[in-house]
Amino acid sequence: MNRLRAWFLAPTWTFVVTLFLAPLAIILGYSLLTRGVYGGITAPWTAESYQRLIDPIYLGILWRSLWIAGASTLLCLLLGFPLALFISRAEKHKNFYLGLVMLPFWTSFLVRTYAWMFLLRDTGLVNTILQKLGVIHSPVPLLYNDGAVILGLVYGYLPFTVLPLYATLERLDRTLLEAAADLGAKPWAALTRITIPLSAPGIRAGAILVFIPCLGAYLTPDLLGGGKSVMIGNLIQNQFTTARDWPFGSAVSLVLMALVMVLLFAIARGEGESLL
Amino acid sequence: MERVLELRDVSKHYPSHHAVNGVSLSLARGEFFSLLGPSGCGKTTTLRMVAGFEEPTRGEIRLNGASIQHLKPYQRNVSTVFQNYALFPHLSVRDNVEFGLRRRAGNHIADRVRDVLDLVQLAGKESRRPAQLSGGERQRVALARSLVLEPDVLLLDEPLSALDPNLRKQVRAELKAIQRRVGITFLFVTHDQEEALSLSDRLGVMNKGCLEQVGTPEEIYLRPSTRFVASFLGAVNWIGDVGVRPEAMRIARQASTNGHRSRPATILHSTFLGNCVHVDTRLSEGEPAVVEISRLGETFAPGEQVHLWWEPADELRFDELHQK
Repeated sequence: MNRLRAWFLAPTWTFVVTLFLAPLAIILGYSLLTRGVYGGITAPWTAESYQRLIDPIYLGILWRSLWIAGASTLLCLLLGFPLALFISRAEKHKNFYLGLVMLPFWTSFLVRTYAWMFLLRDTGLVNTILQKLGVIHSPVPLLYNDGAVILGLVYGYLPFTVLPLYATLERLDRTLLEAAADLGAKPWAALTRITIPLSAPGIRAGAILVFIPCLGAYLTPDLLGGGKSVMIGNLIQNQFTTARDWPFGSAVSLVLMALVMVLLFAIARGEGESLL
Repeated sequence: MERVLELRDVSKHYPSHHAVNGVSLSLARGEFFSLLGPSGCGKTTTLRMVAGFEEPTRGEIRLNGASIQHLKPYQRNVSTVFQNYALFPHLSVRDNVEFGLRRRAGNHIADRVRDVLDLVQLAGKESRRPAQLSGGERQRVALARSLVLEPDVLLLDEPLSALDPNLRKQVRAELKAIQRRVGITFLFVTHDQEEALSLSDRLGVMNKGCLEQVGTPEEIYLRPSTRFVASFLGAVNWIGDVGVRPEAMRIARQASTNGHRSRPATILHSTFLGNCVHVDTRLSEGEPAVVEISRLGETFAPGEQVHLWWEPADELRFDELHQK
């Protein structure tokens, strides 16, 4: 029996060890070594890469990543909740609406991000139309700033909040809303006192699914932030390419990962307590 | 008699069927009124129209003399105890009960919540969540949550059906006692005739969207106005055009001549039910008839030739042409 179990688990273990644990160990090793002149790593062992992290420049990037990811998550929830509520309460065509939410996935994220660049640049569609309409006289800087990055992230990750929110709202017992109305709650009160508290699991899941990838986002800040709006993902990428500082890049990667794990752990604990 | 709730020719038509057809009804203040009928007869739809969850296709609903059929549920001073109780799972017992009080100003909220929780015997369980309560306790929270608002009419949608049978009788007695104490008008929907008979001051029997008869439990049971009402309230033996309830029939070995109705019959078999015995017989005309007799009396063997007799006053007669 145990032998059979071992055989069944073997592929999983092989996968986890060779593709996850081993690379992680390599990164950990790199982060504790010295940078090579043309990239790569050399002896001796040192914790210098971690010490450099407390430099205000890097703390600033970390802080910026946190607030951009936080703002994007909040916006995704604010936009996604009404949408998910609408779809869950639709009399018919629910699958059609859900299909529309997922439609962007049919195109590459890179292509869609480029499309945003074409829309937002100085000679792009938005500025051209606003100028033609006489609303503005010179192009408004829509691209290469924090706003553009947040816009791109919200656009990219909105479906990840809509789907879990839809799943919880769909399961919500409708008689609870009837009971709320029956007890004198107007629609807004029923929403804030019943629907939103009871969709907490969906809100939590949606927030995690957006916040974590946003925190480590690389493509969106690179293209829409134009190098000005640097996030932690761009910092890591930079260390392995232009800066040729593999140990520092490895250290930042591990710190990002640790941060995410601490956050997830905290959320899981909070969830456990609220369920008790 | 002060009318608190009045339904005037209320109908609810759906594209596929007519759920409620021309129901007219009026409830006196403080009355315990039941709507009784089989599932799909329109009783719950009627209740939901009073609560405001459904809008009547036609007709008028008046509460304290004012039309309310176009008001939203939160604008009507009626409250519902739902079949599944619909307690808010994320709120404690206290918060569930306070839910409807929040919008009302006043610093007596705590007192009122304590009083109503005492009334339904839930004192000491204020901070529990619905998931930590038994079925009977949940039912009482649902009741308290509505009673605390002092509605003009309390609507109860089969509130006992989710309880197990032993508990149901006990809760039934409690419900009646609570209604007497608070004096609030109850509109109670059920498919259980025993519940309706034992609880109600008056009841209405519904069938296929129509209200067939309204009256006191005695009137409905003893003088049903249609065959449907007669059969729904209890077993009936049909002998020609008249019906006789099993407990109104007697069995004799000799033909009776004392002004009673009497028919010869053959005993088929007896079923012991604990508190009584049901004797299945076949009349000489070939129709079956069940007689309920005391387990303390005579016993009859299958195949025995007997006479069934009953008082003419116990006959249920219908002139259904007049009914519709």
